[in-house]
Amino acid sequence: MKKNFHKILLNLIFLIILSNQALSETIEPGPLSYEEIQTALIFAKPGDIINLNEGIFHFEDGLSLNVDNVTIQGKGMDKTILSFKNQKSGAEGLMITSNKVILKDFAIEDTIGDAIVVKGAEGISFIRIRTEWTGGPKETNGAYGLYPVQSKDVLIKECIAIGASDAGIYVGQSERIKVLDSIAKFNVAGIEIENSYYAEVIGNHAEHNTGGILVFDLPDLPQQGGHSVLISENKIINNDTKNFAPAGNIVGKTPNGTGIMIMANENVEVRDNDIRNNATAGILIVSYQEETEDKNYNPIPNKIYIHNNFLSNNGFDVDKKRAGPISDVIPGKAPEIMWDGVTPIIEWLGFTASKRIVLGKNFSDEGEADFVNLNLMTKYLLPRFHKIDKNNQNYFGSIQSLKSVNFSEGIN
Amino acid sequence: MIKIFNFLFLLVFTFTAFSLNASPNKLLSDYRFFEKIEKQIPNQNIIPYHLASPLFSDYTYKFRFISMPQGKLAQYNHNKVFNFPLGTKIIKTFAYPVDERDLSLGFQLLETRLLIKNKDGWYPLSYIWKEDQSDADLKYIGKTIKAKWIDKNGIEQINRYRVPNINQCGSCHNLNKVMMPIGPKGRNLDVNFFYQHGMANQIDYWKKINRLENIPSNRKIPTAIWDEKSETIERRARAYLDINCAHCHREGGSAGNSGFYLSLEEKNNISLGFMKKPVAAGRGSGGLKYVIEPGSSKESILLYRMASTDPGVMMPELSRNMKHNEAIPLIEEWIDSIK
Repeated sequence: MKKNFHKILLNLIFLIILSNQALSETIEPGPLSYEEIQTALIFAKPGDIINLNEGIFHFEDGLSLNVDNVTIQGKGMDKTILSFKNQKSGAEGLMITSNKVILKDFAIEDTIGDAIVVKGAEGISFIRIRTEWTGGPKETNGAYGLYPVQSKDVLIKECIAIGASDAGIYVGQSERIKVLDSIAKFNVAGIEIENSYYAEVIGNHAEHNTGGILVFDLPDLPQQGGHSVLISENKIINNDTKNFAPAGNIVGKTPNGTGIMIMANENVEVRDNDIRNNATAGILIVSYQEETEDKNYNPIPNKIYIHNNFLSNNGFDVDKKRAGPISDVIPGKAPEIMWDGVTPIIEWLGFTASKRIVLGKNFSDEGEADFVNLNLMTKYLLPRFHKIDKNNQNYFGSIQSLKSVNFSEGIN
Repeated sequence: MIKIFNFLFLLVFTFTAFSLNASPNKLLSDYRFFEKIEKQIPNQNIIPYHLASPLFSDYTYKFRFISMPQGKLAQYNHNKVFNFPLGTKIIKTFAYPVDERDLSLGFQLLETRLLIKNKDGWYPLSYIWKEDQSDADLKYIGKTIKAKWIDKNGIEQINRYRVPNINQCGSCHNLNKVMMPIGPKGRNLDVNFFYQHGMANQIDYWKKINRLENIPSNRKIPTAIWDEKSETIERRARAYLDINCAHCHREGGSAGNSGFYLSLEEKNNISLGFMKKPVAAGRGSGGLKYVIEPGSSKESILLYRMASTDPGVMMPELSRNMKHNEAIPLIEEWIDSIK
């Protein structure tokens, strides 16, 4: 009797200790898997790993996680597939609102809206995640594949994003961001960094999008004044999907066949990229040209440093509808690198000066890659005196390279 | 040796008892809020209330109650949620009438949501009604209920009513990541209510029964009743948008990143959506350029998303599958009237 009591007691203690420890469970696809996963997500404790086994999970409703420091882990982005083909509610596939979450080795397919939304997280890692709309590029596809917003310490590594009607990989109003070794295909924008600070976009492959990599800053948002973005060692080729963004969206303005597009922003460094076969432009630097009443917003790019890139066969068929100002002044093939030449009026008048665009050496098949300043300011204000400026010598120089991005302590 | 075991046992016992205490009631009836739970008739110490303008949520009827600990009072605030005493429970039951033309035929009770205030703040719980309507069970992960009722025009309606999961509560109730009630602000409660003893202004009544203090002698004008025709179109529309949209569309709300804010306090026209371009709307923009194009509801994304039932387009994202046919003309008229 006493012995039994002793045993029960020990078991009880053991059980209580165990119940306070991190758990690791595996969920199988099946008719109950929605309830099982959502239950696991709700009752997860910090440190838990939620394992998803191989197979296709079919969901009608969106999933959500609001517990810090949880890992959701599949068996591979082609093996563990969360399909939302029959989604009936929830505006996205997976919504994360907690900190230090790690998503690893699974795919989210055919969500009715965005695939994975992360809001206000301090620390979020996407590792080998695939988001895809399997019916190819269509206006009815969801807007974003991987979509962290208002977050800090964002890692996107070895992910694949296909078919988003806005951006495959989109980081908005965030800071300290690394997008590494990922692939974006058949999206309107392959990778987009918007209204964000301290980002590194390195070693990615953007192909068959409308635009490969976009760095935008837009007005009327809680966080703006995007700055300190490094775009390096990316392969940005054959971006040849016609813009299929629903009208009214800002990415709808991305010209068909754009390699890299920088709109507004400050301190953007573009180096060591391989940019080829993009019909409108290799690298396009523009101001925000829509009307805005936002007095805090700076629509004009500044300190955009472009060096040591390889560019070839870009600008061979400029999108007249979306890049009219280019095709209006440049008949035939456009230069590899283009700047709209818009500055504040006071600068245009010559009273102030700023290094808006700084060029290092950039290469093409035969020597240097060509450049043009479209001088649109003069075109708008004194059209009779308008001339484009193709002399890249006028822009040569160097700026100190950006410091590398360091995440906060304890993250990744 | 036995002494040690006894001590350990005591320890374990206390620990277990404590954890049990911390876990919420499994049944709604365990709280003893109601005299007749199936008819939603509250006990005497529970205050029923309603809001000047309520959340739409697919034509559900709501039965709202507040339970405050004996002898404790809430602090009045016109524009913010009252400061309620610890232990306050806000209770809201969602239901469809059997036949909206004759409410005496009763209701199908769907879920009862609680917001409970403890020392760490507010936390949510959801109880889903049993099929026999005798009681409601605690459930964390939500549920889909196939609901049917006859509407006020005598037409049978069917809805895939979705009880949100516990995470989704925060999507509307979080303000800067802190869970908060939405409705019980002075401006929303300063209207009449039919109590069992007759009609009375809710603020006056709470004062009379000594459950509310710090009430100013001159109260500001309350939120409009959105379908009260004697009010101005602007006040009605703004009241509707405040209670249906602004819990997310405010600074620190879960749509704070949009920069599009619809609370009654919002004065900035761009933040209110006038000539504001969509940012991350995707196909939610419906091919339109502006959130609100003053004077032109047809060109306004706000109305397009309000009138949609496509989950990838419609707003609000949660708690709505159906179109609110009576509110759409109001918002239309308001936008068309903006100069």
